[in-house]
Amino acid sequence: MKNYDTLLKDLAPRKFGKRGTIWTICLIVIIIAGIIAYIDQVIKGQVVTNMRDYALWGIYISNFVFFVATSFVGSIFVAVLRLTNNEWRTPLVRIAEVITLACIVMAGMTIMIDMGRPDRLLNLFIHARLQSPITWDVIIIPTSIALSFLLLYFPLIPDLAILKNYYKDKKPKLSKWYGKLSLNWKGTKVQKVIQAKSIKIIAIMVIPVGIILQTIDAWLFSTTFRIGWDSTNMGAYFVSGAFVAGVGALIVVVYVIRRVRKLENYITDYHFNKLGKFLGLACLTYFYFNINEYLIPIFNAPVEEDIHLSALISGEYAMLFWFSQMVGLILPMIFVLFKSGRKPLSMFIIGLMVVVGSWWKRYVIVTPTLLHPFLPIEGVPESWHHYFPSMHEWLITIATLAMALLIITIMVRFIPMIPVQKTAEELELLETNKKTES
Amino acid sequence: MENNDSKNDSRRQFIKKISTGSLLAASGLAITSLTSCKESSKEKTTLLTTDGKLVEVSNSEISSLEHKHITPKESRQGIPGKKWVMVVDLGKCKNAKKCVDACDKHHNLTPDRPYIKVLEMKDNEKSSPYWMPKKCFQCDNPPCVKVCPVGATYKRTDGIVLIDNERCIGCRFCMAACPYSARVFNWAEPPEENQDELYSPETSIPSKIGTVGKCDFCPDMLRKNMLPHCVTKCPNGVIYFGDEIEDTVTNGEETVRLSTLLKDKAGYRYMEELGTKPRVYYLPPVDRMFPFEKDTEESSES
Repeated sequence: MKNYDTLLKDLAPRKFGKRGTIWTICLIVIIIAGIIAYIDQVIKGQVVTNMRDYALWGIYISNFVFFVATSFVGSIFVAVLRLTNNEWRTPLVRIAEVITLACIVMAGMTIMIDMGRPDRLLNLFIHARLQSPITWDVIIIPTSIALSFLLLYFPLIPDLAILKNYYKDKKPKLSKWYGKLSLNWKGTKVQKVIQAKSIKIIAIMVIPVGIILQTIDAWLFSTTFRIGWDSTNMGAYFVSGAFVAGVGALIVVVYVIRRVRKLENYITDYHFNKLGKFLGLACLTYFYFNINEYLIPIFNAPVEEDIHLSALISGEYAMLFWFSQMVGLILPMIFVLFKSGRKPLSMFIIGLMVVVGSWWKRYVIVTPTLLHPFLPIEGVPESWHHYFPSMHEWLITIATLAMALLIITIMVRFIPMIPVQKTAEELELLETNKKTES
Repeated sequence: MENNDSKNDSRRQFIKKISTGSLLAASGLAITSLTSCKESSKEKTTLLTTDGKLVEVSNSEISSLEHKHITPKESRQGIPGKKWVMVVDLGKCKNAKKCVDACDKHHNLTPDRPYIKVLEMKDNEKSSPYWMPKKCFQCDNPPCVKVCPVGATYKRTDGIVLIDNERCIGCRFCMAACPYSARVFNWAEPPEENQDELYSPETSIPSKIGTVGKCDFCPDMLRKNMLPHCVTKCPNGVIYFGDEIEDTVTNGEETVRLSTLLKDKAGYRYMEELGTKPRVYYLPPVDRMFPFEKDTEESSES
């Protein structure tokens, strides 16, 4: 039982120290700055952005795509590893679930920031047209939000009951909340059966819903005639890109939480090694679809596509294109091949590279295509030929990223990031195994 | 059941009452806006009558004949029995940009986001460059209409694609979907205009911030049996406009058979291969009326 106590002490959420408080305050300040910028945008119109008639979508959309992609970690990591009985996932799934929920919620918010008339949001329901890919998004995003919440909540219930008891004397108020949220969990056999069944159903559902979400996101682009978007490769390309972005984000968050909460005994080199191999698989898949998307079209590109591809490979966008390809995909793919590349610290750096590269990759997907229309860009101010986000756009976008981090931070504060009950069960199993062996 | 029916009936009557009331109110407003119209116009306009004749009538008289406000709902129906079509003769255009100016003035547009653009085109290295006036092609298979999530842009029976700026949510998906970059966005509050005027998708004014705009073939003019502004204001008769069903188009000076014109002058539609079926035809830039010249001021600007 002593073991269990230390386990609980290690894993139970606790108050932030000085660093945690400063971190949270910083996030809140960034978010407030973003909210002010957004209010200004609502008042003055989107003229405060650098989007114009040709670059009609900008980082609001590419940031939205990034959030959607990152939310895929819930499907590809949690659900797939659960259904394939990969036991090493245990200390990492909760973090993945939290990232998924935070990102999909923020995806829903960022897409609204891009609307010219947010006051007419309800038109999407009143006048909904099912043949529009945006309506598909309106359906799939709330579905994903609900499902991601359930994916986080159901496995959490036993832990909430544990926390209720843990805080009974120390913090009665908090304990009461945990009690309410634990839905009267007693750990009876019936409850356990229902819970296990529910989690299984959710895990099975999460996979197709996640793939549909990524694919609809790709269809937002591939249902147009635009060069660079009008590609049948787009759906698979987005799914595999989401695989990379999601696992990359997971590695970064896992590393930070492990350091801050001193969970080195629970999340070990073994897990990072596994994560590294998993990222390697992701990168290889994505690399394959990148070859299909960029390399093969070079062979038979018609004039317009040729202009677009050369702008990416050696022209105006070459810097960003190669940055996102190298930093976000190729270098990480090479690094994880080595055993030393899969150690915690190097994995953290690789994860960061992947996340930053993935974010810019979405920018490279959205912006250059819009600036390569079929008909020449003429009769508009010179600045409309190019696009780089304005101050308002940066402030708002960084605020959305901060908001996602704040959601994760709040969850770290109030729920155990490593499943307590599951870990205890596994440890017990380990010990009984040892006893029977000896 | 009976109870239900009578309920429905009374509801219907109520709706009827309301609609007659609103009609009365709308007509009242139309009259008030009429008086303001009369004062401002002294110019004469060339008209295409229903039997294909051209007449010149002063503007004040025309507006008094019919000046009904078309509500967004009414604007979803086309003008009955018509299929509007446009033919642009590239051999005649010299980039005078009078069409652009007239359109900007009529739709209250700022010069940086016109509905019409005159593009400098060059098909290949050896061929000579030419000017291509480009507006919305009013496609019969419009990619923009397909992707609109709220039905704010729609195809009418008379072939015109319109935008209801009171429904548009400003997602700009239609702009992304349009392969011809025909659509523009109201990024900021539009320049000052008569805000008392009742909004109609047929006039596109007063324009609304955060919504999409584009060339609309001026259905308000068509309802008055007048040609769109770009057609009448062109000094070189580049733009022909008319009805496909009547098989007649006119540039204000000459009236010709649409089918003969397209046949004789090898009319084509821009990027036919996309399958969008534009309602704007081009006549190849042959037998030029003007040599290709670039205005030095213009070229330094763009």
